[in-house]
Amino acid sequence: MKQRPALRDATIAAVTLIVVLAIPYLHRSAAFEDFIIRLSAMALFATSLNLLVGNTGMVSFGHGMFYGLGAYAFGLTMQMTDLALPVAAMLAVLLTAFTALCVGAICVRLSTEYFAFITLAFQMLFYSVIISWQSLTGGDQGLRGGIPRREIFGFELASQLHRYQFCAVVAVIGLLVLRHISASPFGQTLRMIRDNENRAGFLGIVLWRVRLWAFTIAGAFAGLGGVLAALFVSGAYPELADWPNSGQAIFAVMLGGIDSFLGPVLGAAILLALNDVVTRFTEYYGLVLGIVILAFALGLRRGVLDFLRLTWPGRSP
Amino acid sequence: MDLDALGACLATSACVVTQATSGLIVGMLLFLVAAGVTLIFGVLKIVNFAHGTFYMLGGYVAYTALNATDSYAVAVLAGALSMALFGVLFERALIGRVYGSNVLMQLLICYAVVLIFDDVVKIVWGPEFHAMGMPPAFQVPPLFIAGGVVPPFYAMLIGVAALIAILLGLGLSFTRFGKTVRAAAINPQMLSALGVNTTLLFAIVFGVGGGLAGLAGALAAPVRSLSPGMGFSILIESFIVTVIGGMGSIAGALVSALMIGLVRGFGTIGFPQFTDGLIYIVMIAILLLRPQGLFGRRL
Repeated sequence: MKQRPALRDATIAAVTLIVVLAIPYLHRSAAFEDFIIRLSAMALFATSLNLLVGNTGMVSFGHGMFYGLGAYAFGLTMQMTDLALPVAAMLAVLLTAFTALCVGAICVRLSTEYFAFITLAFQMLFYSVIISWQSLTGGDQGLRGGIPRREIFGFELASQLHRYQFCAVVAVIGLLVLRHISASPFGQTLRMIRDNENRAGFLGIVLWRVRLWAFTIAGAFAGLGGVLAALFVSGAYPELADWPNSGQAIFAVMLGGIDSFLGPVLGAAILLALNDVVTRFTEYYGLVLGIVILAFALGLRRGVLDFLRLTWPGRSP
Repeated sequence: MDLDALGACLATSACVVTQATSGLIVGMLLFLVAAGVTLIFGVLKIVNFAHGTFYMLGGYVAYTALNATDSYAVAVLAGALSMALFGVLFERALIGRVYGSNVLMQLLICYAVVLIFDDVVKIVWGPEFHAMGMPPAFQVPPLFIAGGVVPPFYAMLIGVAALIAILLGLGLSFTRFGKTVRAAAINPQMLSALGVNTTLLFAIVFGVGGGLAGLAGALAAPVRSLSPGMGFSILIESFIVTVIGGMGSIAGALVSALMIGLVRGFGTIGFPQFTDGLIYIVMIAILLLRPQGLFGRRL
């Protein structure tokens, strides 16, 4: 097994996908399907952020920018053109990647604290552009009028079941690709930079170039998450690009585990599940979430998956 | 964008005075909050994401104290002192446990505190907006300076904040305690080896920072309405101020807070929709040209 990690990952992904796709045929539950759709967007978002935070040691506070950009780019392309959905999604992801490349080119040379703040500033700049460019984005009302859910390959995205299947497939494939990237020599290089950037530099690695690649890739996958989010809400809202949303992703990463690939996915699931369960019982969601976070942070001192792996060592990540 | 309106405003002294006053108010309140952020960062190397919560709670405590005692001075003191105490407790009970661990862990704890107290405020004071009336001593006709309208309360606010800025600057430069604090910012291990109780010092610094934020919240309460979540926006702005001024520099915080305040004051006329965007552009430019900020040392 250890010899063929790529094969193993692909097998795990395939099994997961089959299980997730099989569930609606055994039992239909609108709440569960909604949950998976939202989780698929959030998981891509958080995992792509962890490529920066956990793998490279670059703490970005502005990752929500690319999530929001993906959602807006996708929504606007679908509304204004007749392009097929996959084409519009690809365009949105490409635009996000290109924007991440430009923003990253400016940001990646700054050291940790300053990097965090400049990414935050770019995100807030993007947010104020969304708010003030009302003729294009609808301002603080968000992109209204709905996103036409055209069918693709026989998928009728207006139907919840098909949307569920589509999002699950996209998310699992996206995560598999991210997993592959993080296990590749490139991913190893990222971790080397995280652990000792001087030594990495001495070995001939051009630090800013590798970081810029990581930033671009992370931005692109956050954009893909944004596309799924836009598909789910059939619109795009400025909140997607606001800083509490970036915060959500950071907390998903922290809660799940920064050193485990699936940590952010677990963290996103915990956050979403908490949201669903707690809001059913009390309006004081923040109070409960805050206490849970405190318990995790002070009790475990690391993410859940990282904690489990430390407690039962010997298991592969 | 409305550059004509901005030009017209700059041409009349009345408009300049009015906008500058409102800008100075924003800037001075921002300075009080940002001074705490920068002090805490300078000494403890902790970015206190819960600082907006101190500001909010300071305002609410002042509101309650005013209703109970009917004295505005007592209300402001209560807001500041209770938040100083809260800062010490926060540092001892939570932040002190994660020194030296991951920065993100500190962030997580601060975020949890923000969430918890936003809801605590909702439970105790209710989710609706509260207005704290202008103290009666200041319910007098406004001053007219060069044709511009300046409410006396605004003048008093600017004066108090300026006084605090001066006291803080002098205290850090010339008193023994101030010198110890500056030494702790440079090398806490050495200071500890020389026999200074740095644990206590850190707690006090956190208390001072919290107290400043509480003071700002209490002073701002009659001008701005109180609402849960009000700490959120001031937090972001105080970070911008801290970054532009240079992290750890009080003078930098003062200059950049006033700058941001004035950009706000005049930006609302020239670029009503894009004032925030303008500020972020300034922040990006500063970070690129001078990452350590206007007055900062390189980290």
